[in-house]
Amino acid sequence: MKLFILILVPFLWTGIAQSPDPYVILDRVDQNMLSTTKILEGKMIVYGKRNTRTITFRSYSEGIDKSFTEYLSPAREAGTKMLKLKDNLWIYSPAADRTIQISGHMLKQSVMGSDMSYEDMMEDRKLKDVYDATVTGEETVDGRDCWILELNAIVEDVAYEKMKIWVDQQRYVPLREELYAKSGQLLKRAVFSDVQRFGSRWYPTKINYRDVLKNGKGTDFIVTRLQLDVTIDPYIFTKAALRR
Amino acid sequence: MIKFIFKGLLRDKSRSLLPILVIMIGVFLTVGMTGYIRGFIEDFVDQNARLQTGHVNVVTKAYAQNESLMPIDLALLGIDTLMKKLETDFPGYTWSPRINFGGMLDVPDESGESKKQGPVVGMAVDLLSGNTDEINRLNLHTALAEGHIPEASGEVIIGEELARKLDLHPGDKVTFIGSTMEGSLTFRNFTVSGTIRYGVRQMDNVIMLLDLKDARSLLDMENGATQILGYSKQGVYFDEEAARTRDTFNKKYAGSGDQFTPVMRSLRDEPTLGYYMTYINSFSGLMIFILIVIMSIVLWNAGLLGGLRRYNEFGIRLAMGEEKKHVYKMLLCEALFTGIIGSVFGTLLGVVFTLFLQYKGIDISGMMQGGAMIMPNIIRAKFSPDLLSIGFIPGVAAMVIGTMLSGIAIFKRETAKLLKELEI
Repeated sequence: MKLFILILVPFLWTGIAQSPDPYVILDRVDQNMLSTTKILEGKMIVYGKRNTRTITFRSYSEGIDKSFTEYLSPAREAGTKMLKLKDNLWIYSPAADRTIQISGHMLKQSVMGSDMSYEDMMEDRKLKDVYDATVTGEETVDGRDCWILELNAIVEDVAYEKMKIWVDQQRYVPLREELYAKSGQLLKRAVFSDVQRFGSRWYPTKINYRDVLKNGKGTDFIVTRLQLDVTIDPYIFTKAALRR
Repeated sequence: MIKFIFKGLLRDKSRSLLPILVIMIGVFLTVGMTGYIRGFIEDFVDQNARLQTGHVNVVTKAYAQNESLMPIDLALLGIDTLMKKLETDFPGYTWSPRINFGGMLDVPDESGESKKQGPVVGMAVDLLSGNTDEINRLNLHTALAEGHIPEASGEVIIGEELARKLDLHPGDKVTFIGSTMEGSLTFRNFTVSGTIRYGVRQMDNVIMLLDLKDARSLLDMENGATQILGYSKQGVYFDEEAARTRDTFNKKYAGSGDQFTPVMRSLRDEPTLGYYMTYINSFSGLMIFILIVIMSIVLWNAGLLGGLRRYNEFGIRLAMGEEKKHVYKMLLCEALFTGIIGSVFGTLLGVVFTLFLQYKGIDISGMMQGGAMIMPNIIRAKFSPDLLSIGFIPGVAAMVIGTMLSGIAIFKRETAKLLKELEI
């Protein structure tokens, strides 16, 4: 009997290794990507049809409900601020000196001409709270072994009905994402790279986000400075801070 | 001879009344419907040309492919050079740059918070340079419902229905939110100088009209325009002339693979507009043809019945030595007079009907809800001198053709059997 168990254990182990729990993977991904608080400085390189623009920004976030972004350059965007509180999004424009709530179909508009919409920006919930997951296979991405997870929405108010993500088996960060509409049509594709260690977390510092319905090179989001779990003045997450 | 025929027609009502009535109704329908359809096409073409397409227009190749999305990032740039070229190469046209763009209009309350928001389609035209071509072309003085046409930078004029929905009045402040040509977020405060009413839902519900310079600054589109509209200096759209201009222009850029190469289109190239113009023109021609055929058949039958009724009369005339050809000619003369009388009355009625509809019009706004095309809400008929002949000639022709067909029976009468047939 002992001999039988000894022979069986490696096979059982192989079986477990081949079918990891998708929710454990998502949990680990969320642990890497989400933090209690985050201050991120970065730049957004928008590859347009006629030219390329670089927009720098600083963003503060607390959990998944609060975030505040200030655009620093170029001059056209400098001073524009966005505040997200739960499901609400406000934008402040220094040119008009107005704070305006973005809602309805405006949420589907592009953020600063990038391939990302306001709706994409608003979606910060934990993956396992929004999607039902299955591991569908394994693949090597940029020389790293990945699990392929297929996610199907379990809630109504989600921007993408279906997602496919390639998760690094060692570092538990997504290296590639495909976002689909309810009809099954591929809408957007994201490629994560330059994964760096920040404390106990791995975090991709470059993301190329591409709307596949547009014929472009997409938009690069590059993290230039990242501070995780730091104290942020609660005033930042108020509408008054927009006009500051 | 003519007097004799007239007397015959006047004394024998059954010979003249029915054919005259048939001709009159047929000609009336032809003239009335043609006037109505002509008026509709002209209104439709003119309104679309003035508000949207021009008689010809120049855009980039990429813009032409995605026009419904109003992609300002695919607009024409460096248009001063292009405008000069167009003015030199095509002096028969007046050229006007315009910018069409989408966005949102936000109305603030007293504390500056959003009170109301609504989607808006911006149309930027030259309003402030002192050249009044575009103001006249857009009939702004007539369309003005409230307030005044923008007189200074920072003023906009909006559709009456949009103003009603957003509860806006002249003097109110609004904020436009949209994207620049590069995709940056753009906010700009404007003052509503007035409201306009075109009677076209697609315009009145969403339009925001502003000066070209303001739009260029708002959208970071220096020396740019989404399109350059060309209007024939004769003021009327000629399809063949527009197609020739288009082909000459496009030939010059035929070799270029650049997506920002300018491309010219004629009014008819606008897919929906072209389809409707072809459809309505074909329908108009088909209707006239059907009316002639139907009238001919009806009059042929009327002629046959008349022939039967006048069987004895023809027999006696032939027996008295009148030639078959002569009887046939007399019948045709009668038909000609009947046709002329019916056609004159029919044309008169048709013209009166056309003039009435030209003045009064038919309100079709209820049928056009949610439509994507610019259609006039009130369709008016249009009188043109050719309406005097368009029904007249087919009316006379139908009567003569009908009689020619039925009169053939005269030649089948055998003179030898006449006395027996007449029971003399």
